[in-house]
Amino acid sequence: MRLGTLRKKFVSNLSVILLAAAATALPAQEARVGNLDGHAAAGKKEYRRYCVGCHGPGGDGLGENAQWIDPKPRDFTAAVFKCRSTPTGTLPTDDDLGNSIHRGFVTTNMPSWLPLTGQVRADLVAYIKTFSPRWSQGHGTPIAVPPETPTTVESMLRGRVLFQKMECWKCHGPAGHGDGPSASTLTDSKDNPIHPYNFSTGTRFKCGETNQDLYRVFMTGLDGTPMPSFADNLKPAEAWDLVHFLRTLQPLKTPEAMAWKTWLQTHGSTLTPIGPEAQQP
Amino acid sequence: MHKRNFSILAIVFLVSAAASSKAGRFAGHAIAPGTIEGIISYTGTPPKMKPIDMAKEPSCAKQHATPVMTEAVGVGPGNTLEDVVVYVSAGDKGPQASQPATYEQKGCQYIPHVAAMEVNQPLEIYNHDQTSHNIHPMAKLNSEWNKSQPPGSPPLKVTYEKAEFIPVKCNVHPWMHGYFAVLGTSHYSVSDDKGTFTLKGLAPGKYTITAWQEKFGTQTEEVTVTSGGTTKANFTFKAVPY
Repeated sequence: MRLGTLRKKFVSNLSVILLAAAATALPAQEARVGNLDGHAAAGKKEYRRYCVGCHGPGGDGLGENAQWIDPKPRDFTAAVFKCRSTPTGTLPTDDDLGNSIHRGFVTTNMPSWLPLTGQVRADLVAYIKTFSPRWSQGHGTPIAVPPETPTTVESMLRGRVLFQKMECWKCHGPAGHGDGPSASTLTDSKDNPIHPYNFSTGTRFKCGETNQDLYRVFMTGLDGTPMPSFADNLKPAEAWDLVHFLRTLQPLKTPEAMAWKTWLQTHGSTLTPIGPEAQQP
Repeated sequence: MHKRNFSILAIVFLVSAAASSKAGRFAGHAIAPGTIEGIISYTGTPPKMKPIDMAKEPSCAKQHATPVMTEAVGVGPGNTLEDVVVYVSAGDKGPQASQPATYEQKGCQYIPHVAAMEVNQPLEIYNHDQTSHNIHPMAKLNSEWNKSQPPGSPPLKVTYEKAEFIPVKCNVHPWMHGYFAVLGTSHYSVSDDKGTFTLKGLAPGKYTITAWQEKFGTQTEEVTVTSGGTTKANFTFKAVPY
């Protein structure tokens, strides 16, 4: 074949490929959860079956059940989400939303939707994103969660210093019982009263169970609630120290809690209490 | 020959048109910027402001010899209103500011109570207290975010893309309330403790100005600015005692 004809063929093939790629590019309200594509049209039917009773036909959290439940169902029209892998003020990824549906929100009326197939879940995520125009901006960039540092008592002690210094105790209380001085006046972004997490009775968190999930809670903040992001204030190693300390506050047999318990038996009396007295400069 | 004359004429016409429209309305004969000023008053009974109990934050409580009052309705002598944002809502060019606006947390209060700024203008938030604060601007059109700011932190730097009146709160200190007034104009003024406001540097012409008070809502007026002149525009809000 002559060179000119080859070039013409190449250009026409390339333009067909580009056209095909443009045609299959995902529009804003579609989703990808795991390795599945979700479609809002299918998600709408599933939403009407599973979600509308609480989240409402308009996705605004005003379903007929909403008046009797606390915490209130998520208002998708506000496009503010609690459990994300993305920084505060940004939207969650499709996987974040899919994980929230799958995991549910422990201690709330949002069940863990294990019986739903992955495809249904992906379709629901696509439909949920149609409730707010903010999704056209795209989701935030997930934060980097570096590898966990070693679980040592020294790490937990450093975390304890941070618990004091970052003033977590002002809401969560000196022992993490959710009874800090500011706890009783907390309201969420809809002005509903809200409680800070009580580490002594809680086992799982609303946004997961692992140390990585706990890391993300205070490094992305829980948007729509009083819980801020500490991403500007903590280095990753410090954040892991805090994770290790927080685990000692829970009634679980985690490696952190076991090591801490052993250490307390011999060194417990050396600890200064957490709280306002320790705040004096 | 004729073609050349025509094109020269065209160039002269275009240049003069550009000079008269683009090079500023102040070009040419003596046009000077004008001012709109006035007083914000109220009729009726405003709610009483209450003293704030900062006992839960001793490091802030001790900074105030007498307790500070809540600031939702700041009244001045002669039934005037403080912290009312007056801004050009129609007839003006867009925002222009590049210098940062500032917002301070001091003595567990927001200073100023209402911070007016322009769309896309940088905002710097400072924590001058010995306690942590969390900044939680409850935006609805802009993004709602929530960040912790321990004492000694560098200022938080943010910008807002959309015009909006954003309530700001600190969850740790529930008495702290303030506002970001993000405006789409560079001509605005926040009324002082005597209720006066001044909008300067306005090209002569017709404008719509809006006054916003956090409890009493908004009012608008049509105003005409003359060259080098001062136009008076007063606003009166109906106060309700709750």
